[in-house]
Amino acid sequence: MVVRHDLDLDAIGEISDLPPDSSPIQLGTEGRFDERAFTVVGRIVYEHADGGWNEWHLVFADGTSGWLSDAQAEYAVSTLVAPPPQPLPEATAVTVGVGYPWRGEDLQVTTLTRARYTGVEGELPFEYWGKDEVLFADLRGHEATFATFDYSETPPLLFVGRLVEYDDLSLRQLRSFDGW
Amino acid sequence: MVATAPLTRGFNCANCGAAVELRALQHTRAVACTSCAAIIDPRDPTVFVLQTAAARERITPVIPLGTRGTWDGQPCEVVGFQRRSIEVDDTRYGWDEYVLFNPYRGFRYLSEYEGHWNDIRTVRELPRLESSGKRTKISYRGESYAHFQGATARTDFVLGEFPWRVRTGDEVRTADYIAPPQMLSSESTDDETTWSIGRYTEAAEIWKAFSLQGEPRSASGVFANQPSPYGKRLKRSAAVFALLAGLLALFVVVRLVSADRERVLSERYVWRPGAGEPAFVTAPFALREPGTVEIALGASVQNAWLGVDLALINVDSGTAWNVSREVSFYTGRDSDGAWTEGSRSSRVLLPAVPAGQYYLRVEPEGPTTSPQVPYTIQVRRDVPSLLPYGIAILLLLVPPVANLLRMASFEHRRLQESDHSA
Repeated sequence: MVVRHDLDLDAIGEISDLPPDSSPIQLGTEGRFDERAFTVVGRIVYEHADGGWNEWHLVFADGTSGWLSDAQAEYAVSTLVAPPPQPLPEATAVTVGVGYPWRGEDLQVTTLTRARYTGVEGELPFEYWGKDEVLFADLRGHEATFATFDYSETPPLLFVGRLVEYDDLSLRQLRSFDGW
Repeated sequence: MVATAPLTRGFNCANCGAAVELRALQHTRAVACTSCAAIIDPRDPTVFVLQTAAARERITPVIPLGTRGTWDGQPCEVVGFQRRSIEVDDTRYGWDEYVLFNPYRGFRYLSEYEGHWNDIRTVRELPRLESSGKRTKISYRGESYAHFQGATARTDFVLGEFPWRVRTGDEVRTADYIAPPQMLSSESTDDETTWSIGRYTEAAEIWKAFSLQGEPRSASGVFANQPSPYGKRLKRSAAVFALLAGLLALFVVVRLVSADRERVLSERYVWRPGAGEPAFVTAPFALREPGTVEIALGASVQNAWLGVDLALINVDSGTAWNVSREVSFYTGRDSDGAWTEGSRSSRVLLPAVPAGQYYLRVEPEGPTTSPQVPYTIQVRRDVPSLLPYGIAILLLLVPPVANLLRMASFEHRRLQESDHSA
């Protein structure tokens, strides 16, 4: 995995400015997930027809990588699981309600999103990736387990983690907003 | 120190030109102009009018957009409003939803139907199917929720900002499951199923949290997840009943143990048919304390009967208590075997007789053809009677039974609004 430092938006050239933003998270934000300290070092902004979300790239104290997804202030922390314990369904076969076994739990696809990224900043564990619309399938379990099938690559990538409350993350170095 | 960012941004409505202010910025996927109710895409507000307001009636939310309050311990602002409706048996039922926004904690919602309010949040755990069948049950965080209603909800009117791109005419399939005061609801489209949990909330709580003027309208009917006021009352009245019934049982025990049961008269007589004027009086006896008096008649009748008219008479005042008792006893044998009928003894309890000197006037009557019948008459004072305690128990049962009936009626009215009405 290549970690890209000091990403220069102009160098990529095709990526527009970050859209107007009201996420409370920013580069440098610190927090804890399951007693593991992390720092936010990078970000991908995704947009789709009916909304959008941020994927914040986390680096944990032990150097491992993770993602904090912020979709309209609904938060989830996940990490890449490679290779997936079971093959993921083909993009054409995935629908809402499709199951995926994960550590004895039956996860279910609850959301299908066709999105493309519209901006990046900071450090990301990728060098380059396409701007085409990509299918994402979000899965949920009975214990707040959260997973994503990411069809930007073949075979698709699996991210697994947990949906969390804002207060669970003990976030610091947040943006502050006028009047809030 | 971190930088402070402005959270609001403004533009002019592409439809009517009025100033439109965005309060939740990037999160906002649709904003409905508060002047003309046109729905605008805030990413390109000059062009993107998602829907004009031409044919729509104006609805004024009871909580004005922009209102700030403290909800669940966190500051939040009311940024959006929509009216949605479902159709049941050719009738449309509409309700209102308010979007609450906090830049850190995100969105939550308040809904109102006929004065019934719910505080709604999205849920993180997928509910588990518990049992299907006639009335599906699902479990969430260890609690069981029963299916209440399935419908198609349509968005009819929108004001302000939403975290998704809302359009009037949008339809989602909904399913509601209840465990009052909670309600779990799913909303499904082909691409998404989301679950949310509502907590039935008193309007007064909302009026206070958002410092609203005036009085909330009073709620009519019984709402799906409205907690039954009778559950609590039933519990309370059952507890009071248990306490008083326990006390009463204690009184009964004390009474049974401490009663004197003092024998004041015990005589043997013989009924002789055809012996002329049968009436006679007993020797006087003393009732030394006021209270109950038991008169017992026993007769060794065999295929015969004996009746006795009795009067307990106060020696000094002449006050009389008249009772009559009859004993009869028959035996025989038929195709089913031996049988008996009747009883050889009978008693009567006078509930309240003053202290004093008394005697009995006895007038026996029997069949004129029978042989002689020996019989006994016994009088005891202070024999406990359970009747008043029985009446007391029945009276004590009135409140819990009344609450039970009210609760059943409340649950019936609740179910009338569901897919499971009888």
